Amino acid sequence: MDWNKMLSKQVQDMPRSGIREFFDLATGSKDIISLGVGEPDFVTPWNIREAAISSLEKGHTTYTSNYGLESLRRAISKYVADFFHVEYDPLCEVLPTVGVSEAIDLALRCLLNPGDEVLYHEPCYVSYAPTVMMAYGTPKAVETSIDDLFALNPAKLEAAITPKTKVLMLNFPTNPTGSIAPRKTLEEIAAICVKHDLFVLTDEIYSELRYDAEEHTSIAALPGMKERTLLLHGFSKAFAMTGLRLGYACGPKELIEQMMKVHSYTMICPTITSQEAGIEALQNGTPAMREMRDSYHMRRDYIVGRFNDMGMDCHLPGGAFYTFPSIKRFGISSKEFALRLLQEEKVAAVPGTAFGACGEGYLRCCYATSFALLEQACDKMARFCESLRA
Amino acid sequence: MSPDVLLKLLETDARLSDQQIADRLGVSVSEVAAQRAALEKEGRIIGYQTIVNEDNRGVSAFIEVRCSPERGGGFDRLATRISRYDEVKSCYLISGGFDLLLLVEAKDLMGVARFVSEKLSSMDGVLSTSTHFRLKTYKNNGLLFVQEPSHERLHVIP
Repeated sequence: MDWNKMLSKQVQDMPRSGIREFFDLATGSKDIISLGVGEPDFVTPWNIREAAISSLEKGHTTYTSNYGLESLRRAISKYVADFFHVEYDPLCEVLPTVGVSEAIDLALRCLLNPGDEVLYHEPCYVSYAPTVMMAYGTPKAVETSIDDLFALNPAKLEAAITPKTKVLMLNFPTNPTGSIAPRKTLEEIAAICVKHDLFVLTDEIYSELRYDAEEHTSIAALPGMKERTLLLHGFSKAFAMTGLRLGYACGPKELIEQMMKVHSYTMICPTITSQEAGIEALQNGTPAMREMRDSYHMRRDYIVGRFNDMGMDCHLPGGAFYTFPSIKRFGISSKEFALRLLQEEKVAAVPGTAFGACGEGYLRCCYATSFALLEQACDKMARFCESLRA
Repeated sequence: MSPDVLLKLLETDARLSDQQIADRLGVSVSEVAAQRAALEKEGRIIGYQTIVNEDNRGVSAFIEVRCSPERGGGFDRLATRISRYDEVKSCYLISGGFDLLLLVEAKDLMGVARFVSEKLSSMDGVLSTSTHFRLKTYKNNGLLFVQEPSHERLHVIP
């Protein structure tokens, strides 16, 4: 068969994620210490697992409404009001999805016409640009840099806006840099969005995991923004529920209704098991979430200190569980650094370029791994840096 | 550094050195050492022990003890006397249908029986005892005894 002809040209033209390539290499190696993951090292707290088990025990194995369980939507609405200080009507402004990833896909498909431009800040999570492309939009990266601690610079954002720009995607705290957007920056970004009539998709999946003094602010909570913002959040990171695949979107009912339509044709609903576990997480998961957050906090401080000691300049990221140290002073590319680190010391970290070209010169190191392993990984990396200097 | 932060770390892993704790908390080694010494002196840290999975080693029993309180001292004097025996690993004053709950360990069943009949029951003030032998431990000191194979995470995830 002529697969070139058979397969969609758009999909064939889409590059493989840079991280996949590295994943294949790391999977072949044995005894590696991985700083390359993007998920908590905790198992889902027991009360949440127990809720999932109990749901199965009761024989809850059916479809739910395409809008998800009303009880889940009510719990989400309450949690979002308490945590983000934005009110959403659980009956028409909340949609539970299979992770934030599905919500992003739905939102872009519902917002974009061919040729519409979507701005997003780089380095960023690997799915943003491909998802925009699959929705027939044009992704446009706005680079961020260490000068702004990888927060989106409002002036750079405004300079990138064209008459075709329709949507701005935000992700603070950010994967892979761990950066946060201070409230003042968000206010400037919000003003630009209002001025240019942009719609905002804000992926705030790491919002509970903040270690700086400022309370997390969602752009959706700023004056005039709720009507032009879709707030995306989920359970994976804060409640260590990655494998349960549950997220949600909160936003204007006009958009939510269209998203539900696509969702009803493609996904139908997240598993009812996950939805019932999600209710338990929202209602009783906060103490466990805080314990996990405090543990990440301690590890962040440790690993950033060690990186700076070994000559990898590393800013103190305000959130998530990633550090983004610079390896520029060693004079080799991110990819070569990561490959040699894997081969010579069996430590896996992801080259910054996997998250966008401007990630060159950086490495993403996730500290969601046990303290004992972090200590070992840091010792090995220090030895590796020493060998590069020699 | 608050003493509770130090205690929390040590309760998870008592083998952490002062240096490791200092690294994790971002404080000086001398500060950790001083805090630890102060907690030991205050009696908040009683000791550092290894939790051994010893279901296959010796016999242990939980013993409920009813006893008569003394004027002035309540149960304290008798409880302290009972606690002095090497066989008694834990001793608690309990509310409810009995007064003291003991965890007793011995080489074999007869060892526990001898302790109860010869030492415990014959003490002045002990009214009655009820012995429950431990069959299996599932959890002790917050640690699960069932070893489940760890679920492998992927090495690289976006």
